[in-house]
Amino acid sequence: MRDVAVIGIGITKFGELWWQNLRELYVEAALKAIKDAGVDHLDSMYVGCMTSGLFCAQEHLASLMADYLGQRHIPAYRIESACASGGLAFRLGYIEVASGMSDIVLVGGVEKMLTGADATFALASAADQEYEAFHGNTFPGLYAMIARAHMAKYGTTREQMAAVAVKNHDNGSKNPNAQFPMKISKETVLNATPVADPLGLFDCSPVSDGAAAVILCPVDMAKKYTDTIIKVIGSGAATSTIALHQRDDITFLDAVHAAGKKAYEMAGLKPEDIDFAEVHDCFTIAEICCIEALGFCEVGQGGPFSEAGNTALDGKIPINTSGGLKSKGHPVGATGVAQIVELVEQLRGTAGERQVKNAKRGLAQNMGGSGGSSVVHILEVQ
Amino acid sequence: MAVGIIGYGAYVPRYRIKAEEIAAQWGDDPEVIKRGLLLYEKTVPNQDEDTVTIAYQAAKYALVRAGIDPKEIGAIYIGSESHPYAVKPSGTIVAEALGMTPEIHIADYEFACKAGAEAMFVCYSHVKSGNMKYAMAIGADTSQGAPADALEYSAAAGGSAFIFGSDEEKIIAEVLYTYSFTTDTPDFWRREHQMYPQHGGRFTGEPAYFKHVVSAGRNIMEMAGLTAKDIQWAVFHMPNGKFPLRAGQKLGFKKEQIEPGWVVPWQGNTYSGASPNGLTATLDSAAKPGDLILMVSFGSGAGSDSFIFRVTERINEVRDMVPKLWDLIHGRKFYLTYGQYAKFRGKIHLNPDV
Amino acid sequence: MIVPRHYKEMPQRYKLQGNRCKACGKVFLPPRLVCPCGSQDLEDYNLSWRGKILTFTIIRTPPVQFKYQKPYAVAVVELDGGGTIQCQVTDTPLEEVEIGKEVEIVFRKIFSEGEAGIHCYGYKCRVV
Repeated sequence: MRDVAVIGIGITKFGELWWQNLRELYVEAALKAIKDAGVDHLDSMYVGCMTSGLFCAQEHLASLMADYLGQRHIPAYRIESACASGGLAFRLGYIEVASGMSDIVLVGGVEKMLTGADATFALASAADQEYEAFHGNTFPGLYAMIARAHMAKYGTTREQMAAVAVKNHDNGSKNPNAQFPMKISKETVLNATPVADPLGLFDCSPVSDGAAAVILCPVDMAKKYTDTIIKVIGSGAATSTIALHQRDDITFLDAVHAAGKKAYEMAGLKPEDIDFAEVHDCFTIAEICCIEALGFCEVGQGGPFSEAGNTALDGKIPINTSGGLKSKGHPVGATGVAQIVELVEQLRGTAGERQVKNAKRGLAQNMGGSGGSSVVHILEVQ
Repeated sequence: MAVGIIGYGAYVPRYRIKAEEIAAQWGDDPEVIKRGLLLYEKTVPNQDEDTVTIAYQAAKYALVRAGIDPKEIGAIYIGSESHPYAVKPSGTIVAEALGMTPEIHIADYEFACKAGAEAMFVCYSHVKSGNMKYAMAIGADTSQGAPADALEYSAAAGGSAFIFGSDEEKIIAEVLYTYSFTTDTPDFWRREHQMYPQHGGRFTGEPAYFKHVVSAGRNIMEMAGLTAKDIQWAVFHMPNGKFPLRAGQKLGFKKEQIEPGWVVPWQGNTYSGASPNGLTATLDSAAKPGDLILMVSFGSGAGSDSFIFRVTERINEVRDMVPKLWDLIHGRKFYLTYGQYAKFRGKIHLNPDV
Repeated sequence: MIVPRHYKEMPQRYKLQGNRCKACGKVFLPPRLVCPCGSQDLEDYNLSWRGKILTFTIIRTPPVQFKYQKPYAVAVVELDGGGTIQCQVTDTPLEEVEIGKEVEIVFRKIFSEGEAGIHCYGYKCRVV
């Protein structure tokens, strides 16, 4: 296995992008990453996308994107693992470079969700179609059930969940690519339109268009392109049951825990060695459960831990410095790659107003469905 | 060979609408409705209920009381004028869900409000002839009545299921006599593709309901050599509260003999499930071993099937095994506004899904 | 067209036909060929029609085929005798839906496919 570095990043604005279609979004992010890296060719490409079929009636994405990127004839792969598609695409790109099979690999993620398709229906296809979606449950509904169980078991409150949204909007207000870069108050979250009790509109990440891309190459080769070597030092992925009711403990994201454990082991690190993290806050309760499963706080204590400010930019472990899915936006297939983009910005020291001081090691955790899949990466600046 | 009901069950939804609520919508005087038709409130199916789910629940209760293996049932006939499909049987769904398939004869019946009783008639005949060991008859409806029509005060949802058999020790109510009286009388109808039925107004009274119900009642009693004094309880089809009392009066029955099955003022007219619910309500409440029960159905179009049952000792064993109809009628209920009711019943013109 | 998919799941939706691992005793709906414990020795098992609510939500933004049913409750129900399912809570005022409440399973219409498609029946629960 060769050591692998991230040498280029590119991202589009996230939001309601009525004037860009699926391929244009992808190509914009990919061209930015290629330019940022300064590479003159690609050996292969991975495209993370959840459900372009339901949103755009378009599959066969890998070839489409390679063609429109001017890379006809390269091998390209489309990766799907619901909302973890981007993160998993990154892992596969990493493995391909590490294995020695390819040198320069582009990993992109994209989702075009504002197409007139019923987003609630499309996203519910990441749940167990015949045993969850069939009964009228939705993604907000699944996380609301996790929230209700977490509240009952650990005494987590709506205020603690609201603190997550307030913090992520604070961070997002410093991110020019964020879909909703406005600061919000706790009252805004608590008084928002209910979506799936106990979750309201401001507990939920938005429906977004957007794309992100990164370029990977062996560390040995990276020196040719950049002085700031950002190395992938940990990668872990895991699965669990996608039907929430079949999980042994509804309040515990076991796939996140398992993926985190593998990544920590590979990096030889513990949670306390991480300087900052991007975690999958598709809902406020998701961030609370993710930081618990990743060991940033005790299991059951994610609520009070967040409310006390430990996850703020200047906190013990800054979480979702980009604004997270909540404020930055959540074009599902792009999210996992966008998390890597944020890690690289922070590790390069180019995150501007939202820069974490002395950021040496960052963790990105991407998750599919209600926790049926998760992928964790740890990056370190050399 | 004695043949009779070996298991029965009834079901009505929990939702209701009051006569006052409907009257307020259309500018009627609710007191006139309540006094004139003896209708106070009616059951409304929840949005997830239809003839199939009502039939299923009634049938499930009937199976509990019968205590038999569903696979032994040779036929299931569901009578209704609100089958969820114009083409595709209701009976297959209920039979599949209750584990009766595949060796079973299935048909859906339709004869206005008589379809449940005619299913009983055929099931009885199957067992009597030795064609099959057990047969299940269900009358269930989520009745249709046009907005602002007098029928809107009565058209309700509910039904009953009866399993017929000949095991002496299982019979709850033995069938002693059956009789049918049928003519071509267009008092009430619904043409294909029409949403609501039409009716002949006062023509539905004397030439339709009373002629058939009274004839079917009188003739079966004559056949049996019995009078209203020899029969403890009587059930007549209940299009409203008033008609069954008047029909009973014409045949010499007192109100007290009709009351145990007189569910219509609080339940409404459950169409194919109306006289069947009257019978289950009677079995659930007043019927004692040895009692005779007269049941006369009526279906517009028009015809009446009548039965005389004799109740056995087994009624006391099975009565409390499942929820009783009167308890369902007077138990947990939720009142709807007219707007909610209109939505539940699909009376609001919606945009098609794109 | 949902017909072939729905048809395949009818034994589960109509009768709660699942299975149980002979090695560890876990109950599954739908039935599995392999238990998470690793055993492939499973036996047919019909799940109970009684249980209790483990967690729930109230859906206020439903998918398109449920849009006229909102708001409605969906719960995770642990059934007596093993197995957990997810289903709607019907016939119950929303304020009465709570964790730990006893429920009975009822047979209901889950949704109809568009204006002219089939009616899909299956299990829901209601608070007893």
